[in-house]
Amino acid sequence: MTETQKVQDIESIRVKYLKEQRSLQLRNLKSNRGLIIGSSIILALIIIAIFAPIITEFDAYQMKASQRLLPPDNVHLFGTDEFGRDLLTRVVYGARVSMSVGFIVCFLSSLFGLIIGVYASFYKVLDNVFMRICDGLIAIPGILLAIALMSALGASIWNVIIALTIVYTPSIARIVRSGALVVKEQAFIEAEYVQGAGDFRIIWLNIVPNILSPLLVQATYVFSSAILSEAALSFLGAGIPEPDPSWGNILQASKLVINKAWWMTVYPGVLLILSVLGLNLMGDGLRDFLDPRTKNYGKRK
Amino acid sequence: MLEYLFKRLLSLIPVLFVVSIAIFLIIHITPGDPASTILGLEASQQEIDELNELMGFNAPIHIQYANWMKNVLKGDLGDSIFMRQPVTQAIIEHFPPTLSLAIIAQIIAIILAIPFGIIAAYKRGSVIDTTLMSVSLLGMAIPGFLLGLFLMLFFSVKLELLPVAGYKPLSMGLWTHLRYLILPSIALGTVQAALITRMTRSSMLDVLYLNYIKTARSKGIKEIKVLLKHALKNAALPILTIIGQSFGSLVTGAVVIESLFNIPGIGQLIMNSIVRRDIAVIQGVVLFVTLVYVIVNLIVDLLYGVFDPRIRLDGK
Repeated sequence: MTETQKVQDIESIRVKYLKEQRSLQLRNLKSNRGLIIGSSIILALIIIAIFAPIITEFDAYQMKASQRLLPPDNVHLFGTDEFGRDLLTRVVYGARVSMSVGFIVCFLSSLFGLIIGVYASFYKVLDNVFMRICDGLIAIPGILLAIALMSALGASIWNVIIALTIVYTPSIARIVRSGALVVKEQAFIEAEYVQGAGDFRIIWLNIVPNILSPLLVQATYVFSSAILSEAALSFLGAGIPEPDPSWGNILQASKLVINKAWWMTVYPGVLLILSVLGLNLMGDGLRDFLDPRTKNYGKRK
Repeated sequence: MLEYLFKRLLSLIPVLFVVSIAIFLIIHITPGDPASTILGLEASQQEIDELNELMGFNAPIHIQYANWMKNVLKGDLGDSIFMRQPVTQAIIEHFPPTLSLAIIAQIIAIILAIPFGIIAAYKRGSVIDTTLMSVSLLGMAIPGFLLGLFLMLFFSVKLELLPVAGYKPLSMGLWTHLRYLILPSIALGTVQAALITRMTRSSMLDVLYLNYIKTARSKGIKEIKVLLKHALKNAALPILTIIGQSFGSLVTGAVVIESLFNIPGIGQLIMNSIVRRDIAVIQGVVLFVTLVYVIVNLIVDLLYGVFDPRIRLDGK
């Protein structure tokens, strides 16, 4: 057998292995009902949020005193709110606000958590400083920390994002750090060092790609927690201020008219539940898909 | 055991130190000076300056922190400007409703969740199992305040069975007390119930197929006894953990629920203080709740050794 033949053989085995691997993954993906249902729900909500202006012809901000608290009918499918605004419109535009706040918080805390976690795992001094701060921040119950931050920053969309990012970054940093500590000790990292790779290269090209899956799973949970926390903050009046619609502040208004207008509680509530349910299913599904060993265990809150 | 306890307590010090700095900084980065908020728009500049001086707001921030910390270590959280009473006093007055709410919620959660979890594990893959698991997924997705709104809508507004909101202390009779707390407790406890159900199921499944269970069955021990005495006892550790951890989050979750049901607990205290910018109270409450949270977690860790003697707490 010549050298080239040998190489070809190895190559064909490799290709075959990859193919099998891929079909196995595809089969796993198809049998992963949670992931499919969850991502369908989220996809539907994203489409609703994006096409809000097409779904409804009403203005989300225009108040009409004559049409206060109308029950659902053919014109106003979800009824109207206490200022005579069409509730369907408020809820759909609220999806825009709530989902994007959740997503931006999820993105920013993943980014900062990744940077903090991975550098903490690499440099002892940073580790001590960052992780003590993270321990402290995690020890403060999330919603209280968010409330305190909001009271300091003042109610606005961007302040909600800042406050929740501060709340969720430490938990991501911890997960990233513990993952990175494991990867760091592996032989291929040592091999990189021997070949003369610098810290920067190793961190971003070798360690980061290897901890993306736990990060992705945790990020999904942060997404759903962020939507929940934003709703809770807005419900308490410390989140997104009127007149911008968010599920939380519609629910806050609904509390005052709970005797008269059930629709103001039910519709935004159902959408909130759906989004959280979808993201939780997605998170569980992703975890099973990316790491089949940890099937069906309780998740970190 | 004592050595372990000492070590754990020692390790809490840096955490609480960071917590105190974080809380202090958060409150003090706030734009605008507190004195003018307290005195309102009509106050003259001189009055504002005097109050700032009196409250020590003019000192450099690290001096302010040191002064605050010195008092905190003595157990003095400062005085509430609005309520004209020490913060410790305010917390003591507002804590019973919160504690009561959290305890009832926890009891409801445990009573529902553990049998559900056991049944789901025992009947694994059956319709009952699937239903219970789906319901628990839904339960984890409903935030407490939303469930509270739904319950209020149904039981108080529609059926008029229970009071819409409010609070009556235990001294007015157990039944009156419970009537006001039942809906908030269900609202608060459902997420925990869902979590505990799932944890019970999965940790029961871990032990249910082990050999000693087979042995117990083959000895002719009644099935119910096998489940409760042999399986549950050995599956208790993760369940206990999640119950302990969830108790901490019940106390904090109560903040939102209290504001929904107008219960005069810790949550209402902090929300009112935020509106009034009553800094000493906000700091005190966050610090207090964090302390409760941390201590509950410590107790859970210590209980591990009691429930499973194989775990040695000296960390070796």
